[in-house]
Amino acid sequence: MAKTESTFRNMVLSLTLISLGASACLGFVYQMTKEPIELSVLNKKLSAIKQVVPEFNNNPNDEMYRLPTGDGDSLDIYPAIKDSLVVGYAVNTYTKKGFSGVISLMAGFKPDGTIVNITVLDQKETPGLGTKMTEPLFKSQFNDKNPSLFNMKVKKDGGNVDAITAATISSRAFCDAVQRAYNTLQKGNQK
Amino acid sequence: MEYILIIISAVFINNVVLAQFLGICPFLGVSNKVNTALGMAGAVTFVIVLATMVTYLIQIYVLNKLGIGFMQTITFILVIAALVQMVEIILKKVSQPLYQALGIFLPLITTNCAVLGVAILVIKKEYNLIEGVVFGASTAIGFGLALVILAGIREQLELVDIPKGMKGVSISLVIAGILAMAFMGFTGIVK
Amino acid sequence: MNQFQNFTKGFIKENPILVLVLGTCPTLATTSSSLNGMGMGIATTFVLIGSNVVISLLSNVIPDKVRIPAFVVIIASFVTIVDLLMQAYVPGLYEKLGIFIPLIVVNCIVLGRAEAYACKNSVFSSFIDGFGMGLGFTMALGILGAFRELVGSGSVFGHKFINGDGILVFILAPGAFMALGYLIALINRFKRT
Repeated sequence: MAKTESTFRNMVLSLTLISLGASACLGFVYQMTKEPIELSVLNKKLSAIKQVVPEFNNNPNDEMYRLPTGDGDSLDIYPAIKDSLVVGYAVNTYTKKGFSGVISLMAGFKPDGTIVNITVLDQKETPGLGTKMTEPLFKSQFNDKNPSLFNMKVKKDGGNVDAITAATISSRAFCDAVQRAYNTLQKGNQK
Repeated sequence: MEYILIIISAVFINNVVLAQFLGICPFLGVSNKVNTALGMAGAVTFVIVLATMVTYLIQIYVLNKLGIGFMQTITFILVIAALVQMVEIILKKVSQPLYQALGIFLPLITTNCAVLGVAILVIKKEYNLIEGVVFGASTAIGFGLALVILAGIREQLELVDIPKGMKGVSISLVIAGILAMAFMGFTGIVK
Repeated sequence: MNQFQNFTKGFIKENPILVLVLGTCPTLATTSSSLNGMGMGIATTFVLIGSNVVISLLSNVIPDKVRIPAFVVIIASFVTIVDLLMQAYVPGLYEKLGIFIPLIVVNCIVLGRAEAYACKNSVFSSFIDGFGMGLGFTMALGILGAFRELVGSGSVFGHKFINGDGILVFILAPGAFMALGYLIALINRFKRT
């Protein structure tokens, strides 16, 4: 086959055709992957909720509601219900006090405010130091604690939390996020 | 205040080259002489600011409007490539001295991943137009800073007896590592 | 050059990272663990093979003057396909690699192979070339990732080998530069002898 010459017509034609072909392929792949992508986002959320609240048999994602935090923002609350009885709340909370960027957590509470479990959704802390917040060694110390009795501050600041070695800022940020979830939930549910 | 935060964070804390690993190729390629480094830094700043503006507007008014966000990569890279060509042609016509200073660097910039990286990051971080431009400009300044520092060190290296295997890229990378370590000291200054 | 040599040239002789020093950005950014490095390598390999094959198929149709923009469109399409597929089926890895998936577009290796090899050779040779180069890239990323993970946190592919915390700096940014710098020095040393 002879090489196409670089005339204006050929150039425009070939570029247009290639772009068209490329867009068609992408459109097709996009349609194909749209559902799996949505599903994987949803699954991630649901598995995080499952980890942090007692067993439930509703769909917390469908019953999600928002509560104001008191400083102009709001948090997503996922109620966990078993046989029409509320067994817990999963709160998607965050803090901007991390060492680098926003830390996002899913914190689970019993109806009386006791922490069930916490899981880290997203963080960009220093690898090997601040990232230890995702390990049970640090975060399980919050389990079964009620923030009304358990002072959610690191020991350096006069609280009850054992900070991660060499990552006090990350530990403080973690406490801040959990405290925010607790406060929001308590205030919202009193109404 | 918010702008100052963006600037300090982009120039020092999350320096494009030393912390985010964007634009390493030109960082290693044109850091032999301080003068060329300055020229490259100027050209990159120019293109990044322009590209951020244009890609931002395209994202908001074309891609989002049509709901074809998945065409982002392909559109952005084409826009940047076209933009670089245009800047080159205009510069040649309008200002000869400026063209002579920046011209030779322009073709290299299309494949500088810092440009595309910044364009995508601005969209990801949900900045508005002004924040995006400030972020773009300060990222470019951070790039220039790292480039000029490395060039300054490499100029001195010519007088030093370096082991054979370490010459060239290898020693530059090790120096960059030490620079990155120095820049890590900036983490945490914005609190 | 027979196909076997064509396939293996990317491993050591023309290794894109260690010898040609192309595509350093993703190399440094994604090798904080061996798994991330390998993931990035495989994604890039896929793009390399795809773009190489399509470009060598179309190389006669595309006029010379618009060669580069046409190549970029083809490469960008493959990158977007990889992006969407990873988002759908390996969301964990996708999140870790983040912005570096779309940035495969500006990875000099991909455009470099298209320009230097695929547009002049047959479809099959281009496929082999893309595959070999991709594997070489993946290997370099895997080795660098494994080294940084081992020294930095004492594990490889998540398996603990050394107890304790390791030398943290190797997982962080400075360690990336240094590890690659010394790896290249090592290769240079062997090439000389």
